[in-house]
Amino acid sequence: MGYSPGTFFLQNLFNATMLGGLYALIAVGYTMVYGILRLINFAHGDIMMMGVYFAFYAATIIYAPPLLAAIIAIAGAAGLGFLIDRVAYKPLRNAPRISALITAIGMSFFLESFAVVVFGAIPKSFLDVFKDKTILNKVLLVGGARIPLLTFLVILITAGIFVVLFWIVYKTKIGMAMRAISMDIPTTSLMGINVDMVIGFTFALGSALAAASGVMWAMRFPNVYPYMGFMPGMKAFIAAVVGGIGSIPGAIIGGLLLGFIEIFAVAYFPNFSGYRDAFAFIILIIILLIKPSGILGKKAIEKV
Amino acid sequence: MVEKKLSNKTKFWLTIAFIIFIGFLLWLADRYFDDYKLRVLRLIAIYGVMAVSLNLINGITGVFSLGHAGFILVGAYTASLLTLSPEQKAMSYLFGIQPWIEKLHADFFTATIAGGIAAAIFAFLIGWPVLRLSGDYLAIASLGFAEVVRIWANNALSITNGPLGLKAIPEYSNTWWTYGWLLATVVFIASLVNSSYGRALKAIRENRIAAEAMGINVFKHQLMSFVIGAFFAGVSGSLYAHWLTTIDPRLTTMGPMLTFYVLIMIVLGGLGSITGAIIGAAIFAILFEWLRDLEQPFSFFGIQVPGIPGMRILTVSAIFIIVMIFWQRGIMGREELTWDNLIKWSRKLASLSRKRGEG
Repeated sequence: MGYSPGTFFLQNLFNATMLGGLYALIAVGYTMVYGILRLINFAHGDIMMMGVYFAFYAATIIYAPPLLAAIIAIAGAAGLGFLIDRVAYKPLRNAPRISALITAIGMSFFLESFAVVVFGAIPKSFLDVFKDKTILNKVLLVGGARIPLLTFLVILITAGIFVVLFWIVYKTKIGMAMRAISMDIPTTSLMGINVDMVIGFTFALGSALAAASGVMWAMRFPNVYPYMGFMPGMKAFIAAVVGGIGSIPGAIIGGLLLGFIEIFAVAYFPNFSGYRDAFAFIILIIILLIKPSGILGKKAIEKV
Repeated sequence: MVEKKLSNKTKFWLTIAFIIFIGFLLWLADRYFDDYKLRVLRLIAIYGVMAVSLNLINGITGVFSLGHAGFILVGAYTASLLTLSPEQKAMSYLFGIQPWIEKLHADFFTATIAGGIAAAIFAFLIGWPVLRLSGDYLAIASLGFAEVVRIWANNALSITNGPLGLKAIPEYSNTWWTYGWLLATVVFIASLVNSSYGRALKAIRENRIAAEAMGINVFKHQLMSFVIGAFFAGVSGSLYAHWLTTIDPRLTTMGPMLTFYVLIMIVLGGLGSITGAIIGAAIFAILFEWLRDLEQPFSFFGIQVPGIPGMRILTVSAIFIIVMIFWQRGIMGREELTWDNLIKWSRKLASLSRKRGEG
C-alpha cells in the first residue's frame, strides 16, 4: 500500500472518527425520539436525504453559497421533521405502538418515492454545490498520512454541533422539558408543559442534526440519490441501540464504535469489503443478544 | 333470536363447491384472458402466498418481523438455481460458478419445495437469536438479517452471480401452479390457526406474559410460526422468480421494498385475518398495475402531463399512511370471511334494511 503501518493506522483513524461522528449525529435523532415516544422513526434516514437535496437545490437553483445552502438544508429538514410528526405520528399517539411503527415505515417509503418523483432517480453529484472546489481537494500531512482538510473540518463541526446539542438538552428550559417528557408524559403535561410542542421540537432538532450530518456526508461521498438515506439511517439506528437507546452520550459512543469497526474491518480485512454494510447488522445482533439495553442503556423491566 | 349455525359437514361441502367454482373461473380466465391480464392474475396469487405467510408471523403470532424479503430471496434463489439448466447457468455466470451448483437440476415442484425448505432452515437459524428479542428490536433485527442475506447474494459471485442476478429463468408460474400453492398455503395456515397451536399463537399475540403463565412455551410456538411462515415465503419466492424470469439482489427488487409491499397488503386487508391478507394482496396487485398509467404520459383536463417515474410507489405509500392513520383495522380487521360470518353479516344487513323500511 506504500504506507508504513503507523500512517496506515492514522489514516484510518481519521476516516473512522469522521464516519463515526456522522453516524452519531443521525443516531442522536433516533435516540431522542425513541426516548420520548418509544417509536423507531424509520423515516429519519430519509429526512437526512431530503436535507441533502434541499442543500443541493439551494445551491444549484438560487446559487446559494455552500454555508447558506447548509443552513437552508438544516432549516428545511427541521420543518419537515416537525411536519411529519404533526401529520403522521401525532394522530397515533394513543394507538398501539406497532401502528406508529408501521406508519413510520410507510413514511420512509413515502419520502423515498417523493424524492424519486420530484428530484429524479438519477444520482446527482453534490460537488456541483461548490463553485470553488479548492477547499475540497486540499490535503494535510499528519505524521506522514495524507488527510483531506475536509475530514478535519467534518470532525470539528461535528464536535461543535454536539457541544451545542448538550447545551440545548442539559442547560435550556426546552431541553429540561424534553428530558421530563422522556420520563413521564402525563405528569409533564400536568406541570403545564405543552407536550405536543416539545415533541415537535424534538423531531425538528433531530431532523436538523440529520440534515447537518447529511450535508457533510454528501461533501465526503458526493453521490446524491433518493435511497441514499436508507443505509446510513439503518446504521445510525443500530448505533443508537448499541449505545443504549434513549441516551444521547450512548448514541455518540455507538456511532463512533460503528464507524471504527466498519473502517478498520475493511482496512485490515480487504476481502470482506463487499460485506461492509453487513457488519453493522451483525454487531447489532450480537449486542442485542449480550446486552439488549446497550452500552449506556438502563435495563427496562417489563411490567405486567 | 337463536343464531342458526351451519353444520360442519355443510360448511365443508360449501367450501369444496366454492373452490371448484373459483377453479372454473380460473379455467375461463386462463382460456380467454390476454397475456397481460393473466400475468396480473397470477401475481395476485403469488402476492397472496406472501401476504398469508407474513400474516401468520405478524398478524396472528404478533411477532413483528420485517425479514420477509429475506425469506423470499432465499426461496427465489434456491428454486431458480435448481430449475435453470446447466447450460444456461454456464452462460450467465461471467465470474465462474461452483461446479456443484452448475450440476444441480430439478423440476419446478421439487425446486419450489426446496426453496421453501431453504427459507425455513434459514428462519430456524435466525429465529434462535431474533425471537429472543421483542417488539421494535425484533423488527430491526429481522430486517437486518434480510439485508445481510441480500448483501451476501450481492457478493457471493460463484453461487448467486452477484449483482448481475439470474436471467432466463423459465416462466413456470402458470395459473394452476400459483393458485394451487395459494390454496395449499391457505388450507395449511387456516388449519394451523384453528388448531390448539393457533389458539396458543393468538394467546401469545394478546399477552405474552399471560400466555407464558398459562404454560405455553412462547419461544417454541413463535419459532414454529416463524419457520412455517418462512417456508411459504420461500415458496412464494420460487413462484415469484418463475413469474419475473429475472431476479437480482437490488434494494428495490428483493430488499426492504418487497417486505414493505407485503406489509401494505396485510395492513390493508387487516392484520390477523387470512382472508383479509388475500383481499389485500388482490387489491394491491390490481391497484399497482392500474397505477402504472400514472407513470405514462396522460392528459388531465386537457393539460398534457408527462410520464413521471415513481408515481406509483408515491401514491401507494400515501394511501398506506392514510389507511394507518384513519383506518387501522383495515378491510377485515381480525375477522375472517367464513360461511358463519357471511350468514351473520347478511342477517345484520337484512335487519338493518328492515329497520330503515319501518322508520
